[in-house]
Amino acid sequence: MEMTRTIKYEADRVKGFGEEVMSVPGCEELKDCIQCGTCSGVCPLSIYMDFTPRQVMEMTRFDFKNEVLGSKTIWLCASCYACTVECPRQIKITDIMYELKQRAIKEKVYPRGLPTPVLAQEFTKMVHDYGRVNEILLATKMYMKTNPFAAMGMAPLGLGMIKTGRFSMIQEKIRGRADLARMLETVDEGK
Amino acid sequence: MQSTKENTRIGFYVCHCGHNIAAMVDCADVAKYVKGLPNVVLSRDYKYMCSDPGQELIQKDIREYNLNRVVVASCSPLLHEHTFRSATAAGGLNPYYFHMVNIREHDSWVHTDRGEATAKAKALAHAAIDRVAFHKALETKTVKINPDALVVGGGIAGIHAAMTLANAGKKVYLVEREPSIGGHMAKFDKTFPTLDCAACILTPKMSEVGAHPNITLWSYSEVAQVDGYVGNYKVRVKRKPRYISEERCIGCMDCISQCVFKEPKFEDEFNEGLGKRKPVYIPFPQATPQIVVIDPNVCLNFKRAKGPDGTPIVSDKCKKTCVEACGDKNAIDFTQKEEIKEIEVGTIIVATGFKTFDSKRIPGYGYGIYKNVYTALEIERLVNASGPTGGEVILREGKNPDGSPKHPKSIGIIHCVGSRDKKTNIWCSRVCCMYSMKLAHLLKEHTDAEVYNFYIDIRAPGKGYEEFYNKLLDEGVHFIRGRVGEVTDWAMTPEEEGKLVIRVEDTLAGYVRRIPVDMVVLSSGLEPQADAQDVRRLFNMSCGTEGFFLERHPKLAPVNTFTDGIFIAGACQGPRDIPDTVAQAGAAAAEALVLIDKGYVEQEPNTAFILDEECSGCKSCVPLCPYSAILYDETRKKAHINEALCKGCGTCVGACPSGSIVQNLFEDEQIFSEIQGVLAYD
Amino acid sequence: MKYSYYPGCSLKGQGRAYEESLLPVMRHLGIELEELPDWNCCGATAYMAVDEGKACVAASRNLAIAEKAGLQQVLAPCSACYLVLNKTQHLIHDYPHIKSTVDRAMASVNLKYSTDIPVRHPLDVLISDVGMDAIKQKVTHPLKGLKVAPYYGCQIVRPYATFDDQFNPTSMDRILEALGATVVQFPLKTKCCGGSLTGTLPEAGLRLSYIILKEAIKRGADVIATVCPLCLFNLDSFHGKIAAKWESTRIPTVYFSQLMGLAFGMTAKQMGLQRGLVPMKPLASAPACCAARTAAAAS
Repeated sequence: MEMTRTIKYEADRVKGFGEEVMSVPGCEELKDCIQCGTCSGVCPLSIYMDFTPRQVMEMTRFDFKNEVLGSKTIWLCASCYACTVECPRQIKITDIMYELKQRAIKEKVYPRGLPTPVLAQEFTKMVHDYGRVNEILLATKMYMKTNPFAAMGMAPLGLGMIKTGRFSMIQEKIRGRADLARMLETVDEGK
Repeated sequence: MQSTKENTRIGFYVCHCGHNIAAMVDCADVAKYVKGLPNVVLSRDYKYMCSDPGQELIQKDIREYNLNRVVVASCSPLLHEHTFRSATAAGGLNPYYFHMVNIREHDSWVHTDRGEATAKAKALAHAAIDRVAFHKALETKTVKINPDALVVGGGIAGIHAAMTLANAGKKVYLVEREPSIGGHMAKFDKTFPTLDCAACILTPKMSEVGAHPNITLWSYSEVAQVDGYVGNYKVRVKRKPRYISEERCIGCMDCISQCVFKEPKFEDEFNEGLGKRKPVYIPFPQATPQIVVIDPNVCLNFKRAKGPDGTPIVSDKCKKTCVEACGDKNAIDFTQKEEIKEIEVGTIIVATGFKTFDSKRIPGYGYGIYKNVYTALEIERLVNASGPTGGEVILREGKNPDGSPKHPKSIGIIHCVGSRDKKTNIWCSRVCCMYSMKLAHLLKEHTDAEVYNFYIDIRAPGKGYEEFYNKLLDEGVHFIRGRVGEVTDWAMTPEEEGKLVIRVEDTLAGYVRRIPVDMVVLSSGLEPQADAQDVRRLFNMSCGTEGFFLERHPKLAPVNTFTDGIFIAGACQGPRDIPDTVAQAGAAAAEALVLIDKGYVEQEPNTAFILDEECSGCKSCVPLCPYSAILYDETRKKAHINEALCKGCGTCVGACPSGSIVQNLFEDEQIFSEIQGVLAYD
Repeated sequence: MKYSYYPGCSLKGQGRAYEESLLPVMRHLGIELEELPDWNCCGATAYMAVDEGKACVAASRNLAIAEKAGLQQVLAPCSACYLVLNKTQHLIHDYPHIKSTVDRAMASVNLKYSTDIPVRHPLDVLISDVGMDAIKQKVTHPLKGLKVAPYYGCQIVRPYATFDDQFNPTSMDRILEALGATVVQFPLKTKCCGGSLTGTLPEAGLRLSYIILKEAIKRGADVIATVCPLCLFNLDSFHGKIAAKWESTRIPTVYFSQLMGLAFGMTAKQMGLQRGLVPMKPLASAPACCAARTAAAAS
């Protein structure tokens, strides 16, 4: 039987990570967390998470960067903002989840095989290239990249879309594509 | 200005206050600097100026060096101005030849650069040296204290304070807004952690109040106006009409049984709306005074006849069976009007209590949506043997298959409702952990249900409190650490059908759980009374940010307010339980007794006075005075300031267009020289 | 009343029935909508997860275009668009570093973001600007006997509740009642439908859709009314999978605007009802021809 060490040594912490996240505008309130669990209590997706939102908050505060950025939890957040509006300390938990997602993508440490971060990146790319998103093409791309077999399972749905006239393979493009691309580039330049 | 300085001989002392000042201010350097200033005869630094040797040093120096002014640079005048004035007086000088400089709170405690802090201390000292030269000898005035006292609020705090004063032989007016005294405590079933019955310990005290020869009890009354000052307050009390003569009613309650309403029909406030009462009623069996009340909003006699302004008037449209039942006693008086009583008292204790958080403000917990969600206060009445169900815990909604009332088999108690929450009240309400556990115990005892407590942290820091927590664990009451996310009525599994479902993270196990229960109890927090701000203004008190009345000092003057002669007790100052409330009420009574038994108070002579020859009689100062201390003398066409009422705020001084108002200790030359002094250091 | 109409990608794609119903309904109520020229995708929930600065830049380009066109208000019917545009304004407002990022991007293409143009939801406009009386007046075919579960989803009331109650929104309830429908008490009205997780992590995402569908049926609803193209997609598209995993929960989901159109006497076809995968039963109140058409469209 394989045994996993669960004790955490100081060396397991990435010191400064918590402070860094809490210094991002919008994430400061995390310092006030009293670990009451309201976020997990109202989160509709907490039941599938490897760590509850409350645990992610505490792990972030205590610099367990690798565990947090590698968790499934942050990719299960559907951005419904229930935690944010219910938190008795008014911590913007959804926004902290976004912050963690961005860091996980930037450092490419999100769990392999998880389609959510792939979708997010494909989505972003499509916006960057065309200015608009075609949901059908986007879904197709995502399935191709993560689980081509699952795409087969979606065939009946695709058929339904065709029948109801909601299926389109044409990528809409905006006229100001170059402008948009230029605008987005300035963000990287400013960093 | 120079003339007064000729024969000025100043002694200057800078205090180290241990490390408090010396760590951030170079005291020796300050002393050295001050020594070089004009009129300074001697300048010393010393470890603790407030100590006996420190005070003796001042006295000795006054005599030996023939000093006629003293300046001490140390802590806040709030703390030791009185000490040093006394030392100055003991040295043979008028105490107002002393001046104090605050280099601790205003300097060493708030700065981080030693050089700059030292420079600031020098500038402040320079200002004091320049100012003190212009100080004059002043006389302290004394004011007599009226020995009668007023206690506002008839909960356990007001009851205990009134009894303490009355037992000490003082005459007390006790004013209560509701028809009976007793407050929240009268509604409780039992008290934690001893589980003695609240009524058994409270109602004897209530009757004592009612019968005490030194206590004038005015229930169903409110303080309408407060004028005057410490020792001499004039108070107007509004006595609301109860349509019953207090003198003639003997509390037989025949009128209630004979009311045209055969059955109680109207929401019973005392039972939190769980029971019903008639238009003529007594709030609860042990109510004090034992005098009935008529509710004009529902009494037929009034309801069917309203005056043009909407107020109820007497009509002939009810059979008035109550009047018939009262018979010769003739106690029912439909013509009773609101009455204003004027009283004079020397001291006032404000004990107006709290209100519970409105649980509807957290919609996710379902109060007001799901009938089987209760507030803790409702449960107090529900488990009470004299409550609306006679102590039987039955659910508001749902019946057994045979039609009989249903008892809960599982109960969830949610802690911290409205407390520790930035969206509602950020403070911990302090009593909820303990009362939740008490209710858990009582509910388990009454129903044998599975009882779950959902808590963020258990706060049981009192005598016997932790032991009570342990007792509950032994009794099999469940404790789940997690703030409840929501209470819903939709089921995910068969066992959740027809139940209320509590969704919560069990933070200790690390699981999100759904727990179906029959009954949910919300442990609502405590908050200031809705009209706390009005009461604050009425008594010229202050409120903290959360709205509770502010004590003068959180540690050293916990029952004093910023207005002399007005004290606070109980939960109007902040959430607290019964033992703490009673202790605080005793303390407030003792503080009042200090004033009463001393018989007089000394008043700061920093009052303002009018230079008659300069006053043009424009009256602009009169309405500005917040203490109504300025009168206009029509015959002399001059304003006049009542020294006893003047608090020395300086508003009139600043506002007087002809510059004819002067304030002791804040005369123009004193202030200007102080400003020159502070600017002289560079 | 004239508004800048920001359809967003969904209303031009799988959610086109929303646009097909909303535009004529608004026109019928005297609301003039002018589609924002050359708008781009708002970024939805995905862009913020990758790069917040870029997400704000992309979203704010639309607002700058509206500003340049001199338009006073933006109407965003899709919940994600509505939230993202509002959130972007909040971020620009609250955080100087976001503002400077956006300003820099704007300057590079000679655009300007200077005012916070109100971004509004159709429900808000209907309740606040049009008014219930005006809506009632237009009802010619009341939806008598139709039991509707009002489903708002998450993002129009959270985290910013600008026009309705955050915990118990009622704007759609009131509109549906004005149409003559019976609104069922629906405590899940602001619960999450699963969002894009129905596609990426179906086990987790679909469960949320299943709960909403199941509860709507349990509470006696004939149809679920929604305001969001993604909610509708999730509630409408996965009945097979949900039945396979849990139980059958076949109940139609429609846009509230489709129901408005029906009550105003427009045909099912005009309202794009044929685009739903689970057909809505024809209404008893509909005129015979319309009822037939509804049935035909649905089949």
